[in-house]
This record gives sequence, structure tokens and C-alpha cells, in this order.
Amino acid sequence: MEPALRNRAKALEEQLPPLTSHAAAVEADRCLYCYDAPCTHACPTHIDIPRFIKKIASHNLRGSAETIYASNLLGATCARVCPVQELCEGACVLGADHKPIAIGRLQRFAMDHARLNGHYPAVKAKPTGRSIAVVGAGPAGLSCAGELALRGHKTTIFEKRSMPGGLSTYGIIALREPVEVALEEARMIQSLGVEFKTGVELGSDISLADLQRQFDAVVLSVGLGATPALEIEGEEAIIDGLAFIEASKTAPANLYVGRNVIVIGAGNTAVDCATIARRLGAERVTMVYRRTDREMTCYEHEYDFARKEGIEFRFLAQPARVLLNDGLAVGLECLRVELGSPDASGRPAPRPVAGSEFVLAADQIVKAVGQQKPALAALLGLSTQKGFIAVDDTFETSLSGVYAIGDCIRSHGAASTVMAVEDGKLAAAAINQKLMSAPASASAPLEVS
Amino acid sequence: MADLRINFAGIKSPNPFWLASAPPTNTGSQIHKAFEAGWGGAVWKTIGAPVLNVSNRYGAWHQGRQRMLAINNVELISDRPIEINLREIAEIKRAWPDRAVIVSAMVDSKPEAWREIIERIEDTCADGIELNYGCPHGMSERGMGSAIGQVPEYCERITRWVMEAATIPVIMKLTPNITNIVLPARAGVAAGANALSLINTINSIVGVDLDTLELTPSIGGKGGHGGYAGPAVKPIALNMLAALGTDEVVSKSGIPISGMGGIANWQDAAQFLLLGASSLQVCTAVMHYGYRIIEDLCDGLSNWMDEKGFKTIAEVSGHSLHRVSEFKDFDLSYRAVARIDAAKCIKCNLCYIACNDTAHQCIDLVSPQGALVEPYAYSVRSNGKQEAIETRPQPVVREADCVGCRLCYNVCPVDECIAMVEVPSGRSPVTWSELAENQTPVTEDWEAMKDYRGKVGIEIH
Repeated sequence: MEPALRNRAKALEEQLPPLTSHAAAVEADRCLYCYDAPCTHACPTHIDIPRFIKKIASHNLRGSAETIYASNLLGATCARVCPVQELCEGACVLGADHKPIAIGRLQRFAMDHARLNGHYPAVKAKPTGRSIAVVGAGPAGLSCAGELALRGHKTTIFEKRSMPGGLSTYGIIALREPVEVALEEARMIQSLGVEFKTGVELGSDISLADLQRQFDAVVLSVGLGATPALEIEGEEAIIDGLAFIEASKTAPANLYVGRNVIVIGAGNTAVDCATIARRLGAERVTMVYRRTDREMTCYEHEYDFARKEGIEFRFLAQPARVLLNDGLAVGLECLRVELGSPDASGRPAPRPVAGSEFVLAADQIVKAVGQQKPALAALLGLSTQKGFIAVDDTFETSLSGVYAIGDCIRSHGAASTVMAVEDGKLAAAAINQKLMSAPASASAPLEVS
Repeated sequence: MADLRINFAGIKSPNPFWLASAPPTNTGSQIHKAFEAGWGGAVWKTIGAPVLNVSNRYGAWHQGRQRMLAINNVELISDRPIEINLREIAEIKRAWPDRAVIVSAMVDSKPEAWREIIERIEDTCADGIELNYGCPHGMSERGMGSAIGQVPEYCERITRWVMEAATIPVIMKLTPNITNIVLPARAGVAAGANALSLINTINSIVGVDLDTLELTPSIGGKGGHGGYAGPAVKPIALNMLAALGTDEVVSKSGIPISGMGGIANWQDAAQFLLLGASSLQVCTAVMHYGYRIIEDLCDGLSNWMDEKGFKTIAEVSGHSLHRVSEFKDFDLSYRAVARIDAAKCIKCNLCYIACNDTAHQCIDLVSPQGALVEPYAYSVRSNGKQEAIETRPQPVVREADCVGCRLCYNVCPVDECIAMVEVPSGRSPVTWSELAENQTPVTEDWEAMKDYRGKVGIEIH
């Protein structure tokens, strides 16, 4: 590898080193082994955290991983990407006057051990004769497919991209989760007998009706749509944040990064984009946000991280126009913003001040302002709730036998990987219950004993 | 400033802390270093019969991050030529006239062998002699050490031989590997020993290596029992010490006792003194951290004595012995209940599970709204720290049902969070002895017991 490429890969390599055996043992011993522990309550997948930690302490690493898999098949990804400060670690009883247990890093320690030793879950259930299609190989889809396979269902995942993993593979900055971890996790799900069909897109390559005909149940795990347009002049010169992160993971050597980069937005994805730009050589990275640091949607620890990376912030600025030279961005014209009374989001409504235009110089502009609601909902004729696919308590959509999980149903609450994993797990349980309480369909092969 | 000086059976030292007869007192240069650090005395590693040692002598018991809660050893008595030991003892005593230099001895069970070693020790000008009747491994196979200590008649006979020959104070050291520690102690008193010391190490196998399946430590593939010592044995040592202090024969004799067995800090030391020791010996803690721990041993003990108004070690010695009692003399009407300080409680619920699984089922979980709740009562859809923290139930003791067992107090990881609070029982004080004497049927018959409980208001849940 050329030095420059090596440096690029190095600049984005996983931020936290794995815990050494000694460090893991010391940390595991520090855990009090709470009963009905708040960390387990706070974890959306309710991993029995004290149990897996005490198994690390007793050097039963295989058992530790099994404990994690029992609640969360995507423990390796969650250990890396979960906002643990807001979840398990945030609820740790030692947090108040001490340091919470490093649950995320201990989970990663157990999951790394499982990966390096091939200690993956095994299917013990007999084949049920039922078949299920899962559309989308992101965290929700993988979790659901894995849980279904563990129950003996023949499960097929359809994924439009060439690689499985969804945002874990394409959208989580490598600093937090290397591509290889996400892909290995998908291979683990595959090892449970799940069939993967990549490069197959629902709507264009295969229809929902086809899937309904061929399978006993269909699970939609299609995520969200594209980044919304800002609808400003010169927008064609703005780079999409998710595409920017994807390139940094799949082809970092080819990713163009400017010297003076502006990132529009202040969520976690915006911080990720700014971090990539900074680490890959931008001299100056400025995050432009129309509200202030009080209203930012990124986690507090992400904001702290961004500041430590040397990222600058320009608050109360509303992008109005991209200044172009020969089709290339040279600056972002903004309007000064005043904050008004709370809007629908509960945050003060930004009010651009007429005539307050000012220009921020930039040779690259990236936008990370959220994702649009799932376009598929309307296309498939599914009922929606606030634009997201509407589901009942069993994750069933308005179409019988068609389920939906993950970000595409997240009409309230913050979308996150671990929530998607929990959706997959709960939906699998609900689907299993429904399918197993009805006789096997005529089209499916019957199990002969 | 408290006066830490002691005069133990005529052996004087500037503080009560002596290094026990063990590896830390193997050579003159070691003891020189120890005295420089401030140790009040040293019991020289046992000299006597010729021996050879093996490798992998020390095993240890660790718990979590805490190393060496106890050490287990198969090291024998001194394997250095006896002449070198005797010469160095004389040199040390000359160099440190104010410190206690005691020599531990163990020879074949023959009067002439004991007479010879006593004379050779006295020639060094040492302050005293300790008789090693305790070593539980190796030497015992040769009829020495605990082979003597476990038979009170042997203890008495050999100690008589020694007392006939000795002109300096003699301390008889007891083995704990015996059913009743009082019997060899009485034998020592009968034989005229000047003092007793206890405890020597306890028979133990420290573990099995789960990779090799060999005993730990492995001595060329073999292992066996060794002598167990260190913080983990302290409660056993305290019990044996108290047993001597409350025995009529031993206590009436006025024979002083040097206490040892797991003393690691000044708090342990104070407890040994309170239960009747008047000199203290330390080994495992020194083997873990070095001679330097003497500074806190003296400093901490002195500060505590000042706080409590004790002026001398003699004042402390035996101060709590009068509180040592037998079960039959406890007040059956004394009642204490656990009380959890909600302000200090971190809601780990360790008390809850300990009480409900294994004790008396009298701790409830109470929601922030004051309702009784079951554990794991939350929805599977719950997510995030906010709800976990805000709905976290508080463990609360149902005092009417609390038997005051004190398990919760012991498992609580927060200092001073759970208190055992005395509450009126509404019953007159009474002991089992009194019941047995005055209401004999109650102590012999369940029906009578039932009537008695009904009469005085004792409800068993």
C-alpha cells in the first residue's frame, strides 16, 4: 500500500483499541452484579449485562458471548455503535459518584473473542417448513432473519446493495465500526442458514406480490430514504453525507476531501462527516447549523468528540446559496437566524433574518440533514404514520403477512441500530407465534419425520 | 501519644509488632532491614533439624482483583546451616539491643536434642525461644511440628524438657489443626511455658490447575497440603485466641499470648489485642508488601489508641474478652432490624436478591410512586437510561418481618447504607440458659415452645 493510502486507512481505523484480557478482567471484576440491573433495563435489547460481564470475570468467554447473542445477535455492532452513555452505561449504578462500567467495551471484548474463535450461535430447532422473506440486510433485517432461522424457519434476505449490513457496512464511520466487523456479522447470520440475495431491489427486481406468493411472511426492513434536498441554488455541488461516509469506508483512497470543508447539519451523521473530512486532511472543517448547540440533535458525547477533533461550529446560520466557480463550490452564502417560539419539534423555530446574508468560504460542502421517510411505503400501498410505515404491536403492516421493522417504522423516538435489532427480535417472535399457530401452507414443503 | 512498648513474658520491644517465624525472618540481613524499617521484634525462622526444600513452595488464594487473600506454603524450617543462623542471631541481637529477637526451634522429640538446641540458642543472647509445634507439612511427617502440637501430652512432655533447660522466656506455639485449641494451651500452662502463641498455619490445598489438572502449586507434577495463612484466616485465629482468653485454666494462669494469623493492618492488630493478645506477629502481609507496612501498623494503632483513650498496649489487651459469650447466654429478646438509607442506596438490589433468595424474604421493591413492584417489571419495548433510572425501584425492608439476620448489611456495596438498628422487642430479656433452667419444657418440646412463643409474642414467618 502506498504511504498516502496507508495513512488514510490509519486515519479512520477503529478509534478504541480492544481491551486487553487484563483490562477486561479488571473492569469485569468492578461490576457489582446488580440484580434486575438498570443497564439491562436501559438496553433496548435487554442483554443480561451483569451476567455476560461476570462470565468475562470467570473466564467463560464463550458463555459470555452466548449470553449476549441470546438477546442480541448483532452484539458486535452494538458494542461499537451504541450510544452507551444514553443507554446501559448511562444507567449504571456506579455512574453517580464513580465511573460506570465500560459495558460497550466489555461486550466488544466478548464478541471479538466469539468472532476470532468462531463461537457463533447454532440452530437447534427442527425445520418448521415455513419460509420468510426479509427485505433489507441492515441491522433490523439481519437480526430478524437470524432470530427466525434460529427458530427453524427457512429465511431469505433480499438486499439491493452488493454487500449486506446496511448502515453498519455503509453508514457507520469506520472509526466506530470497520466494514469487516459488519460483514463478518452478516456471515454469522448466514451461518445460521439464512440465504442472502444481494443486488436484488424490491420494486424493480422483485415485487412485493412475488414475495407474498413465495413466502409465508414478508418482513420489510428497508430503512429510510435519501437525504432531503435543501432546495437552494447550487445544490448540485453539495455532496450527500451518507455517500461521503460510504466512500470513506469502501474506497477511502479515492475520496476527495477539500481543504476547507463545510458540513451542513448538526446530527450524529454530520459529526461523522466532519470527522472524516478532518481526519482525511481538511485544514478547516466547519459545521453549519441553523439553531445553537443547545438544540443540536447529536449526542452530547459526539459534540464533545467533534470539538476535540478540532471541528468548528457556526450556529444560527441558514444555508441560502452555494457559490460556484466553474461548477465547483467556493463558498456557502448563509442568512443569520433568530430563534422564535417552539415549532412542531419542540425546539425554537429558526427565523432567517432578511438581508443578513454572509458568505462562508469552502471548497467542499457536505450535507447531513437527516433522511427522508421511506419512499416504499406509498409505493407498496402500505398505511403510514407520520410518513413512516405503520405497524401494529406485532410489527404487522396494513397488509396481512407483511411486517416492517427498523428505521422505516420509527415514527417516534430516535432511530438507532440497537432499536432496529430489537425490532427484528420482537418481530421474529411475533411472526413465529403466528406462523406456528396456523397449519403450514400448502406451497411450503412439509417436514416429514 | 499512646505508648506502644510491650513487655511480653519478660521480652521487651518498642512496639508489639514482631515478624513471625517465616521466610521474612530467614537471614540476619533481612531482619536488619526489618528493624531499620521499625519492626519491634522478629521470631527467627525455625532452626533445628536438617532439611531440604522444593520449588514452587507458595500457593495463594486470590479473589477478583485482590491478590493473596491467603498464602499456602510447603516451605520447611530453615535450610541454612545452623551455625550460620546462630552466628547471625548473635550479630543481630548485638546490633539491635532494644528489639525482641526470638528464635523458633524444632528438633527431634528427644530430651537431649531439645536441651542442645536451647543451649545453643541461649548462647546467642536471644531474648526468647518459640517452640514450633505447628508446622503442618513435611516436618509433621517426621514426627515434629504439628505432629506434636496435635497431641497435648506430647506438647506438655517436650515443653517440660525445654523448661528444665531454658533460662530465657519460652513461647509455645500452637497449631490450629486441632479440634479444641484449649487442650494444647492447657498443656503448655501445665508444663510451665512462659507464653503461648497462635495460630500456626492451617492445612490446605490451594487449588487445581484447570489446564494441566495438576495441583496448585505443582511440584514436578505433584502437590499436597500446605500451611494456610493470611487475611482469610484471621477470623479463625481470633476465635482460637478468644477461646484461650475465656478458658478458665488458661486465663487464670495469666500466661501471655502472642497473636497471629492474618494480621495485615493496624485494625486487625487492634482486634487481636482486644481479644487478649499482648504481642502480635505478622507474616503474609509482609510477604505481600514488604517490611514497610510497619509504619502504618504502628501509626494507625497509636492514633486509634489515642482516639479511644488507651495509653498502653496492656490496657487494650483483652479489653473485649468479657464480651465473648456462648450462644446460650445471648439475650433472645434483643431485636435489631435492617434499615436502608434511601439517600445512600444506589439501587443495585443485591440486598433484595440475597434476602429474597437466601434469607428471610423481607425486602420489597418499591416504585418511585410508592407501589410494591416485582423485579423485571418493565416492558420489553422500554429503552434508554431515562426510564431505567426514573422507574428504578428502591429496596425497602419490611421491618415487621425482618429477623435481623444482617445478610443485606453484609452484601451492600455502599458504606453505611444499611444499618442494623436496635428496636424494642417488647419482651423481657431472657437467655436460653435461663429458659432451660426455669422453663425446661420450652427447650425440649415443640408444643411447649409454641405456647411460649404465643405467650411472649414471638412470631416465626
